[in-house]
Amino acid sequence: MSDPVSALNGAEFHGLIDVADAGLTGMITLRGNLGAAKAKKAVKAVTGTAVPAVGEVLGSGETATAWMSPDELLLIVPYAEVAQRVAKAETALAGEHAMVVDVSDARAVLTVTGSDAREVMAKLCPVDLSPAAFGKGDFRRTRMAQIPAALWMTESDQFTVICFRSVADYAFALLKVAAQPGSAVGAF
Amino acid sequence: MLLIHCPYCDDTLPELEFAYAGEAHIARPADPSKLSDEEWRDFLFIRTNVKGVHAERWRHIHGCGRFFNALRDTVSDRFLTTYKAGEARPDVQTLEAAE
Ligand SMILES: [Zn+2]
Repeated sequence: MSDPVSALNGAEFHGLIDVADAGLTGMITLRGNLGAAKAKKAVKAVTGTAVPAVGEVLGSGETATAWMSPDELLLIVPYAEVAQRVAKAETALAGEHAMVVDVSDARAVLTVTGSDAREVMAKLCPVDLSPAAFGKGDFRRTRMAQIPAALWMTESDQFTVICFRSVADYAFALLKVAAQPGSAVGAF
Repeated sequence: MLLIHCPYCDDTLPELEFAYAGEAHIARPADPSKLSDEEWRDFLFIRTNVKGVHAERWRHIHGCGRFFNALRDTVSDRFLTTYKAGEARPDVQTLEAAE
């Protein structure tokens, strides 16, 4: 089998803040009735968290569960364990009208780290990213300039950003421009 | 920029995240083959095009992805309310009385 490679293949940029390829990340889409007992069991089995509320992400770093829509969750797991965790979810959901799909290779994941990380993201996304409005535990799907993106804070000075794999270069280029040295606004 | 309330995310968010999706509450005929050409044309193409309060579909395309309905005044561009797909069209008088 060939070796899997992330879209940005380890790319990094150091400017106002650091932009980096987060590398291979396991991502599983779970769709179905999120209130069902079996769905709760499946989430517990895959990431160990409860079912998140609207706009919420539970867990941390490598293993997390994010609210995507009223019937969709994103389960983030270590890349090497995706197949076995998909199987766990399918077992838990047996007999339930639900869908579990490995979307790891359809997406790209980046990290944006630094004291001005909020500001860099706020230049690109129509989201109130002030500390009072957005913090750890919040998950937001939105657009980043011309592309759909999802973001949340994995540390107090770090965002993790997910976009489609086909636009990974565009996303990286955008973040580089927004993080040019000397481009601080001091908004937050 | 317009701010639109997504009834699924329960948040008021910038228009940039949304897409317009035509007039609301147009039910597809249960048996299209029973319709005359004129009735089928009306279903496909004829819209009310109101000047004033219009019930229309929107989609939170760069968010939760859901379709929902809105009452928007086409003269002022003001959103009176938004509501989930499948819910009945709210009464304008009741809404205005509540304001
Ligand atoms: Zn929404």
